[in-house]
Amino acid sequence: MIQMKEKTQSQALPHLDELYKEIILEHYRKPCGREPLDKVDYHAEGMNPLCGDEVRLSLCMKDKKIDKVHIEGHGCSISVASGSILADMLRGKTIDEAKRVSRYLKDLMHDKSNKEKIDIGDLEALEGVKKFPVRIKCALLPWTTFEEALVGHEHVEIS
Amino acid sequence: MFDIEKIRKDFSILERKIWDDKLLVYLDNAATTQKPKVVINALVEYYENYNANIHRGVHKLAEEATSAYENVRAKVKSFLSCDEASEVIFTRNTTESINLLAYSLGESLNDGDEVLLTEMEHHSNIIPWYLLRGRKKINIKFIPITDQYELDYEKLEKLIVKGTKIISITHKSNVLGTVNDIKKIAKLAKDNGSILIVDAAQSAPHMKINFTDLGCDFLSFSSHKMCGPTGVGVLVGKKELLEKMPPFLGGGEMIRKVTFEDFTLNDVPWKFEAGTPNIADVIAFGVAIEYIQKIGLENIHKHEIELTKYALDKLSKFTFLKIYGSSDASKRAGIITFSNPVVHPHDIATIIDQDGVAIRAGHHCAQPLMKRLGVSATARASFYFYNTEEEIDIFVSVLQKAFDYFEVGACKELKGESKERVSK
Ligand SMILES: Cc1ncc(COP(=O)(O)O)c(C=O)c1O
Repeated sequence: MIQMKEKTQSQALPHLDELYKEIILEHYRKPCGREPLDKVDYHAEGMNPLCGDEVRLSLCMKDKKIDKVHIEGHGCSISVASGSILADMLRGKTIDEAKRVSRYLKDLMHDKSNKEKIDIGDLEALEGVKKFPVRIKCALLPWTTFEEALVGHEHVEIS
Repeated sequence: MFDIEKIRKDFSILERKIWDDKLLVYLDNAATTQKPKVVINALVEYYENYNANIHRGVHKLAEEATSAYENVRAKVKSFLSCDEASEVIFTRNTTESINLLAYSLGESLNDGDEVLLTEMEHHSNIIPWYLLRGRKKINIKFIPITDQYELDYEKLEKLIVKGTKIISITHKSNVLGTVNDIKKIAKLAKDNGSILIVDAAQSAPHMKINFTDLGCDFLSFSSHKMCGPTGVGVLVGKKELLEKMPPFLGGGEMIRKVTFEDFTLNDVPWKFEAGTPNIADVIAFGVAIEYIQKIGLENIHKHEIELTKYALDKLSKFTFLKIYGSSDASKRAGIITFSNPVVHPHDIATIIDQDGVAIRAGHHCAQPLMKRLGVSATARASFYFYNTEEEIDIFVSVLQKAFDYFEVGACKELKGESKERVSK
């Protein structure tokens, strides 16, 4: 029992600045992807049932590429920032490329190796989230919502 | 005598260090409370000395375990001042108690009958009724709350109509701390011939309850929110109603006789306790009741009012903080829920956790109420008798840190922008 106690007690304190990197806070303060779209090709609403955070995400396609992303809802700094990064990064990507980015973030959060060679841009700033395991869901919410938006629409991708 | 230093020594966990060197400040008591050593020891003692299945064996161990288990029923009876120990049913938690009622009472409802809830219910007093609505064509209505965070008693009276068969209401809101006037509602319910169910999950641990005096028909609460183990809930009900109700789960214990053709039911309360119950935890729950009674519910209530008053006063310096619930500490003892448009409750909880302060952030299993309050999430600090003013000082000073981190109060523009974002 005493051993257990020692084990639970000896955890290093992750530094807050690792979670709240300046880039994250900037995205939180001025999130991208807030302008409504004229045309919606993919849409999904995501929710984190544990905390009630909500994301509504829409994509507009042009020439088989994501032309614009609209994202709104309410959430903590991590989920808002992650959604903002998503809106910023997915523009100009094909669905397939976008899915790869999404997978990359998931692997990053779950400490799995991912050998994809992609330009991860601001996603890197989310790496610190994995030191705060209860917040991983917040970071992934916009991305799982993105994947949900694609469900049932695979034909668009295949063609 | 209420000696807080002595009381705190009963809880080993309160000496725990978080992140190596931060003393735990546990302010999430509305979710679950900590357990004193006597309760933990009762579990060990049971398993080491008289572990046996109950009601079935003729051997010594079975007799000891049965009598320890049934003694807790008697303790709950005196804890609640109900008429008979047989009106006390052990379940797994408040949620199961309410599900039992929705299932069993639901059998006798007819198409068009109404169930009346309130806007401040926990999901566990909403979903069982939604599930019932999936089986029967009943209507569910919600009594609104006023902008003072109280039930709207005028509207309540109008909402009780001929078809209102069941009224199910929380005694004390787990978000607002509001204590509802059950006696008043009980009179209205009785005059209308409606059954009144009370969710006492947040009241039983903190204030003296007299079941007979309250005048409701059923009441439930959870052991784990009052120093007892998880896995034990209580449902008390008026005997004449319990006797008429069909059983919930079927199996061992709840029957008297089984043949190849049919079965006959056991008496109340065992009729509702199918299968081997949570013997160890029920026995330890009995020890928790004794422990709380020794401290005294009046003392607990008084201490919590003082702490709440102290905390509300300290928090008032954060003028940008929205606090939900009455500003009168005596009306919302023990629970303080708050939010700010700039810094999300999650972020507050993460930041103050760095200093060992545990609070809750989220919707507190009351999403309809969150909607009514116009937010998706809030932060909640909730106290119990072992909390101190020093802990509240720590809480307030680390909150300051969280606000500084997000520059709350410093940047008006940002505040405006965020508000707009929320309302979109
Ligand atoms: C008012 C209220 N009702 C019901 C519950 C459910 O309790 P349990 O999870 O023990 O079933 C809670 C606890 O979260 C509560 O606060």
